[in-house]
Amino acid sequence: MRVLLDVRNLTVTDLRDQDEIIHDVSFSVAENSCLGIVGESGSGKSMITRALLGITNPWLKSQGAAVFKSQDSERDLLREDENSMREIRGKQIAMILQDAMSAFDPIAKIGDQMVETFVENKNLSKKQSLALAKEALGLMNIHDPKQVVKKYPHQLSGGMLQRCMIATALAMEPDLIIADEPTTALDSINQGQVVEEFKMIRQKMGTALIFISHDLGVVKYLSDRLLVMKDGAAVEYGDAGDIFRNPQHAYTKYLIDTRLELTESFKKAMRKGDHNG
Amino acid sequence: MAEFWNRFKNDRLAMGVSFFLLMVISLAILAPLLAPYDPTAQNIINKFQGPSLTHWFGTDQLGRDVLSRILYGGRITILVSVLTMVVTILIGTVLGVIAGYFRGWVDDVIMRICDIMLSFPSEVLILAIVGILGMGITNIVLATVIAKWAWYVRMIRSIVIAFMDSNYIRFAKVAGCSTWHIVRKHLLVGAIGEIAVLATLDTAAIILNISALSFLGLGVQPPTAEWGMMLNEAKNVMTTNPGQMLAPGMAIFMVVAAFNFLGDSIQVALNPKINKGFSTKRYSLFSALFGRRKKAVTQ
Amino acid sequence: MAKLLEIKDLEKSYLKVGVNFSGSRVKILNGVNLTIEAGTCVGLIGESGSGKSTLARLIMGLEKPDRGSILFEGLPAKQWIKNNKGKMSVVFQDYMASVNPRYTVVEAIAEPLYASGAGKDVDRHIEKLLVKVGLEQAIKNRYPHELSGGQLQRVCIARAIATNPRFIVLDEAISSLDVSVQSQILKLLHQLRVEMNITYLFVAHDLQAVSHLCNKILFLYQGKIVEELQSGELAMAKNQYAKDLLASVIPFEV
Repeated sequence: MRVLLDVRNLTVTDLRDQDEIIHDVSFSVAENSCLGIVGESGSGKSMITRALLGITNPWLKSQGAAVFKSQDSERDLLREDENSMREIRGKQIAMILQDAMSAFDPIAKIGDQMVETFVENKNLSKKQSLALAKEALGLMNIHDPKQVVKKYPHQLSGGMLQRCMIATALAMEPDLIIADEPTTALDSINQGQVVEEFKMIRQKMGTALIFISHDLGVVKYLSDRLLVMKDGAAVEYGDAGDIFRNPQHAYTKYLIDTRLELTESFKKAMRKGDHNG
Repeated sequence: MAEFWNRFKNDRLAMGVSFFLLMVISLAILAPLLAPYDPTAQNIINKFQGPSLTHWFGTDQLGRDVLSRILYGGRITILVSVLTMVVTILIGTVLGVIAGYFRGWVDDVIMRICDIMLSFPSEVLILAIVGILGMGITNIVLATVIAKWAWYVRMIRSIVIAFMDSNYIRFAKVAGCSTWHIVRKHLLVGAIGEIAVLATLDTAAIILNISALSFLGLGVQPPTAEWGMMLNEAKNVMTTNPGQMLAPGMAIFMVVAAFNFLGDSIQVALNPKINKGFSTKRYSLFSALFGRRKKAVTQ
Repeated sequence: MAKLLEIKDLEKSYLKVGVNFSGSRVKILNGVNLTIEAGTCVGLIGESGSGKSTLARLIMGLEKPDRGSILFEGLPAKQWIKNNKGKMSVVFQDYMASVNPRYTVVEAIAEPLYASGAGKDVDRHIEKLLVKVGLEQAIKNRYPHELSGGQLQRVCIARAIATNPRFIVLDEAISSLDVSVQSQILKLLHQLRVEMNITYLFVAHDLQAVSHLCNKILFLYQGKIVEELQSGELAMAKNQYAKDLLASVIPFEV
């Protein structure tokens, strides 16, 4: 498989106190694969993607290399200027945030926001854009796209908004989608649905995915490769299956154990039911 | 609170205006000791003198020393304004907290009375009250308080309601803490900053208000010195001696400006996000990520 | 077992936002019946908008119901709290907003102690509480923003158990925490329940966490309790909504 994004020795330093927030992290994402990044809050997992997209605060300095190979070009994301990064963001790399509610402009209709995005980035007419928006929403298993495009953000549930955001990202046909804790703010029932959408994206669209979460369960369900972060450093990186079967680092073991503990009684209860029924 | 002081101390403008206001207030309080002349002593022969070593700010149309009159005038202007502010804020806080804490019918009653009060334009209301009660400084204070309290009840009620929605107050209620405890330890402690901002900004407005009324001849009666009153007297000789407007005009301008700056500085020190140079509205992240509205992209 | 809380035909509606004058109301709770026996842990599960937070607030006496009754040992919540100061408590989801940012950890924990009149030897009692919830003494004089999410939620738990309560409402108490911290907090909550014989009402949307801690699980959907199960018999759900919810849990096997 062709490597799409190759990150080498990424280090992020806070220029105000020379504090290293990310130490020397390396990983790569191949086409049509999914990299999971797990870690507790404060481990720097979100910071990595922000540094890659150049949307960090101005006092943070990123060093290293992040080579992004799209069909026709090869560029180092850390060395591009703001203008070309703006070209890359959205069109080639799309990002999905945890808090869908605040990612949308609260005073504009969902449809208008999507249309505006498409008109500007895909050179489509308004009519074509609206059709595309509806199609994209339909793909996300939203039953009634015609109604949804007319709604304001506060009229939709968190899960619905998150799906609108994924639909927007998908319709831009990016090479890579970065999802930063997209399910954390959602109820479990919505969580399950949104994760299924991501599964579908992987199977149908062939888009590469970086999926960030603190929940090993979700990451395990989606990822081929896994990066475990702790205190700004990568403690383990490799094939997801291998890591889950045979974690090398004590921290990874701890994450897996605590997750297993959480799920234990639920599994027991469900299994008991299987025997009885 | 410690952080507030740190930020406040590092704000040069804030320290500057605080120093200036402290100076003005102490000058006003110490006026009897500092003033070189009796502010009401007339000396017609010496009228309309320019600034000199004997009369730093010159003399007015009756030959009174302008510096002494500014110092004594400051006493009335500032002390009366602060008094008015304290009374309005007290009424506003008590009623605002009651309305915001208990809600329900108590809130309805208080707010409907406020609505009635707010439906009169405050300047007209003040003029009407002064018209009924007669001229004089006490009546002006009374009129200003009557015209303004409702507005403060509204403001403070909305501050309180924002706090009532916080979980630590819910916890305190469930834990069985008394109403007085919650009001004192959570509501007042939390709202004090915002009330301080309101109070400082408002003092400036009241100074203008009282000066304006004195200027119209409704407030302080001659020969007592008061800044608005002095402007009023200077107005009569404006065509021949325009310099007479300068001292009281500047005094009002500088003190009002200082109170306004102080109010802004307190607000920024309480909530440093206000002063972050560029707006960091979070939904602009969506624009940044998807390139929507190119101009909105900031970081 | 003795009934601690009994709710009958509870209804609650709110005025629709923005249309105050039309008088149209949104029904949040539509006839809720439930009982909580002393010493048990009851899980209340539902998605956002199902009314579970409203129900929790009604139970704590923070709001008044439109119709129906909420009785603690025969008394309305407010009266019960007055008679049994410090015997009811709550832990919220948003730990950052549930402690006043202006007070230190010690001051926050001392608040319910002073309120219930246990003014003696507060310092020693707080030291013991910190040990109980697994916090170091060193954090005593820190402010909330200097603590991590897990630490702060432990402070909230210490504050909640400070007055030896009989009943604690856990309003999404672990939903905002990292998964690894979640299981630690759940363990702590379970341990405290056994040690101190506390009755829990655990409001949540995560079935795995609820089944970990609770004896009985109630499914709240569109303002009604649609299914009631013992935690061991989750698989026997008959209601379609409960089934969907159970199916949406992402499995985790190694």
